[in-house]
Amino acid sequence: MDTIFPWIILLPLTGAIATFLVPRAWVIRTGMVTALLTSCMVFAAAYFLHQNGPVHYAVGSWAAPLGIRLYLDGLACVMLLLTAVSGIFISVYACEYFKDKTSGVLKREGIMFWPLWLFLWGAMNALYVSGDLFNMYVLLELLGLSAVGLVALAGTRTVLIAGMRYLIAAMLGSMSYLLGVAFLYAMHSALDTRMMGALIEPGMGAAIAFALMTIGLLLKTALFPLHFWLPPAHAGSSAPVSAILSALVVKGSFYLLLRLWFDVFHNVVTIPVGQFLGALGALAVLWGSIQAIRQQRLKMLVAYSTVAQLGYLFAVFPVTAGAPPTDGVLGQWVIESGKGTLYHALAHAFSKASIFLAAGIMVHALGTDQLSRMRGMAERLPLTTFAMALAGVSLMGLPPSGGFIGKWLMMHAVLGSGQWWWAVVIMTGSLLTAGYMFMMLRQAFQPCEDPSLFKPVPKTMEWAALILAFISIGIGIRAADVLDLLMIGSPFLIEPIAAVGGAL
Amino acid sequence: MTFNVLLPLLVVASSFVTGLLIFFLPEHKAHTRSALNMAGATLKLVLVLIMCWGVYRGEMYEFRFSIVLGFDFVLKVDLLSLLLVTLSSVLWFFTTIYAIGYLEGSPNRSRFFGFFSLCVTASVGVAMAGNLITFFIFYEFLTLSTYPLVVHRGTEESLQAGRKYLWYTMAGGAVLFVGVVWLHVLVGALDFQETGFLRAWPASLHGSFTVIFFLLIIGLGVKAALFPLHGWLPVAMVAPAPVSALLHAVAVVKAGAFGIVRVVYDVFGVEFASDLGLLTPLTIATSFTIVYGSVRALTQDDLKRRLAFSTVSQVSYIALGVSVLGLTSSIGGLVHLVHQGLMKITLFFCAGIYAESLSVKTVSGMKGIGRRMPITTAAFTIAAFGMIGVPPVAGFASKWHLGLGALESGQPWVIGILLTSTLLNAGYFLPILYAAWFQEQEKEWGHAHHAPCRYETPMLLLFPAVVTALLSLLTGMFAGAGWSPLALARAIALREYVP
Amino acid sequence: MTMFLAYAVTGMIVFAIGLYGVVIARHLLRKIIALNIMAGGVFLFLISIAARNSQAFPDPVPQAMLLTGVVVALSATAFAIALARRIYTVTGSATLSDGER
Repeated sequence: MDTIFPWIILLPLTGAIATFLVPRAWVIRTGMVTALLTSCMVFAAAYFLHQNGPVHYAVGSWAAPLGIRLYLDGLACVMLLLTAVSGIFISVYACEYFKDKTSGVLKREGIMFWPLWLFLWGAMNALYVSGDLFNMYVLLELLGLSAVGLVALAGTRTVLIAGMRYLIAAMLGSMSYLLGVAFLYAMHSALDTRMMGALIEPGMGAAIAFALMTIGLLLKTALFPLHFWLPPAHAGSSAPVSAILSALVVKGSFYLLLRLWFDVFHNVVTIPVGQFLGALGALAVLWGSIQAIRQQRLKMLVAYSTVAQLGYLFAVFPVTAGAPPTDGVLGQWVIESGKGTLYHALAHAFSKASIFLAAGIMVHALGTDQLSRMRGMAERLPLTTFAMALAGVSLMGLPPSGGFIGKWLMMHAVLGSGQWWWAVVIMTGSLLTAGYMFMMLRQAFQPCEDPSLFKPVPKTMEWAALILAFISIGIGIRAADVLDLLMIGSPFLIEPIAAVGGAL
Repeated sequence: MTFNVLLPLLVVASSFVTGLLIFFLPEHKAHTRSALNMAGATLKLVLVLIMCWGVYRGEMYEFRFSIVLGFDFVLKVDLLSLLLVTLSSVLWFFTTIYAIGYLEGSPNRSRFFGFFSLCVTASVGVAMAGNLITFFIFYEFLTLSTYPLVVHRGTEESLQAGRKYLWYTMAGGAVLFVGVVWLHVLVGALDFQETGFLRAWPASLHGSFTVIFFLLIIGLGVKAALFPLHGWLPVAMVAPAPVSALLHAVAVVKAGAFGIVRVVYDVFGVEFASDLGLLTPLTIATSFTIVYGSVRALTQDDLKRRLAFSTVSQVSYIALGVSVLGLTSSIGGLVHLVHQGLMKITLFFCAGIYAESLSVKTVSGMKGIGRRMPITTAAFTIAAFGMIGVPPVAGFASKWHLGLGALESGQPWVIGILLTSTLLNAGYFLPILYAAWFQEQEKEWGHAHHAPCRYETPMLLLFPAVVTALLSLLTGMFAGAGWSPLALARAIALREYVP
Repeated sequence: MTMFLAYAVTGMIVFAIGLYGVVIARHLLRKIIALNIMAGGVFLFLISIAARNSQAFPDPVPQAMLLTGVVVALSATAFAIALARRIYTVTGSATLSDGER
């Protein structure tokens, strides 16, 4: 495993540089090879985890607190797999998407896409396994810069402005996060997450650090009301980029929030804090869904849908704040809510990627993503419409999809912990999601007026979108396996305060 | 994987796979599509008959698959599921024949039959669900697969109807979901058990159980068209006749009513529910719906809407039978599941025939139609008599048992409800029959939407209507026989009461 | 001890000033400068932490963090300026056109 670990991170990074350097004709090949190799590494890591349990790795053989510790457990592994699997299909899609329609030659946008995308992938992989607070800052920056680069690729006026806004928000977030890390270091002289979790004490300092770091990460995860940068950026960029942003990038900062919550701050956070975060999540769900219903363009609808769906993820915080240790019965809800959140994140990633790719297909075929022009899509682009329908099923949380499992687990945890008001939010959100999803699909099933409006679309693109949609349903059927993998290493454990030993 | 484990799955798969295959068929391959349809329907019927035979001999059929720790996907065949699954399969067989004839030459048939098959998959899944969670999964799947059927024609009217349908059913589904999850949080596994399993839990949970009961009933009541959750049903009539037939006799309303039966019998247990005082509100709600539906039906001139309100009224008989404590009323309610299905589908088949052959869609346009289409109107008459409760058609047996059960359980006012409803039924059916047979044609009838044929209407349409009418008659005449639906209902009811 | 605190608090004040600037400023270059001021505040804070224990040698870890942070901020700023320049070329004005922060 010691050989695999560094390559999970190094492969995409070297691949990124390689795709930048090779001549135009070789870019796609280099990019796809890197993507496939990285995914193989991730699968190998997952296999190893399954056989042998969680893994620690000290970078350069320097142990913490001076060195950086990498840690692979079930949670990290599931996120790595998510990135890898979506990454492959998004890459395949991107191979075709950036080709010039008439000549088949890779457009300039396509050449620049690959280095940025692979840097982003490398940053995400490293983020998921990182166990060091400052290391996480660096990776957040790398992630943010690559993401902004990808957004700005499209080059249009709206997208440049959206990208700038994203950049400013991202930098604000990183600065805030860094200040928080500095605070923590000032108090406890450690940067390793485990050590910090053991050393930290509730108090003013910890509270300030928590606030700073959380606000920074909330900016990056676009939680209401700090979501202002997301809709224009996700809607304006090219389809593969939108998929990457909505499905993967926002999950990275959320993952950090989750890790910090469980590994570092679990004894510091109080119930009001949890309720506050949950309330913001609820507002995100309601606001995002209502805005989505009002949109005229498909990509804006889907972008607001992301704002809404991210709100669901935050239900984990009120359930777990101030919760008793997880060996008791009440503590079981902590684990359940953790599972629920993760499943939501997984299902959302796959279905959102699928829908954005489908939207890209629509733009490719019709030249626009206006909802009113979607008439006849069911007849002319049946695979794409089917992908959108399946992805919609998962987003609505209908059985037997991954979204349903996430919703089930979350509702279970929320009702079990007695905080039934979140259940109302979740169900209202589902109904609103159904509202805008069916609104979108209904257009597609209208009779086709003018078949010649539909330009031909490469089958690869349609299949990429469809397979991602299938996966979002598949994880609902094979939920037991995914959850088993997730729980390796007990990521959602809250130890009783007395038993804290700070072991690495 | 023994045969006993596989059989429930095969029954579900027979229409699921057929549906998927049909989706991929090009539009013009009409013969292949019809062949696939009939093959799937026949296969399912054969499998279900094997299942009946096996259950009669004492075999156990169960398929279990663990999804997540704490809940399993379970398909289990007990007597109650046998009742609904047999009804669904038999009626699907005939509706398929009818639909092939009805949609001759219309666009998007592959899409239609694909969703049609998925709809039946969901229905038999609902019937064979072995716990509340599996039930919920298929219940929602039913919503998803019926929506495209309602909006099939793509007109503005059908889209509006579809939107209303969706809001009602999804809201109902959300409420049902909350109830199911909450119950699961409290008691764990939700496998159905005869005489219910909630009695064993401590009294501190009774308050929660009461709230959960209401949540579940509301969620199920949307599909079962309980007042005031019935609003989607009349507007959904804009769908093609095979869809109305399927929705009203087999799939959606039966799923809702069946769900209510399951909740009261196999989750709470009828005596426990009575102890908690839950049955009285249910009785009141269903009684009100029965009268309300009949009253609204009186004023409808559009034939399908009149039949729709009649369904609103008649399906509540099932829930009424369940909510009145007593063996006889239970039998009445349960057997009405089958009887109402047979009779209502006949009525809708005939309504479709009138629309297809003569463009007659209203009651006022039906004057003198008996002369022109005697066979169809004869079938309509038999079914209408059954709805009113005239022996020996099947409806009489159900109403008789319901009335007797009401007396036995000391709620004679229910008989008043039944009598009122019967009178109202007569009030909106008899005038149609009189007009059809004894009056002269008044309105101009349109041209047929199909090719000229030997009988009054194509065989594909006539045959199913006649068969289901005959079945309504036969199940009524032979209700006393050992293998009739009534006997099955009696066997089910006997097991639901603690000895 | 007090020395380090003075610098630390100053760093936080500078951070706040930068934050204010980012929100209020309209012109993109001003926003970018304000971001750099924020970064400066954080770096000042980091450096002051290195001297929090006046008896011992200054702690090298915050200094390392600081250096990394400076480099990151540099590249981010370069990117931001390039993006701002591009926006100016395409839209003719160096602001976020609908006036949002």
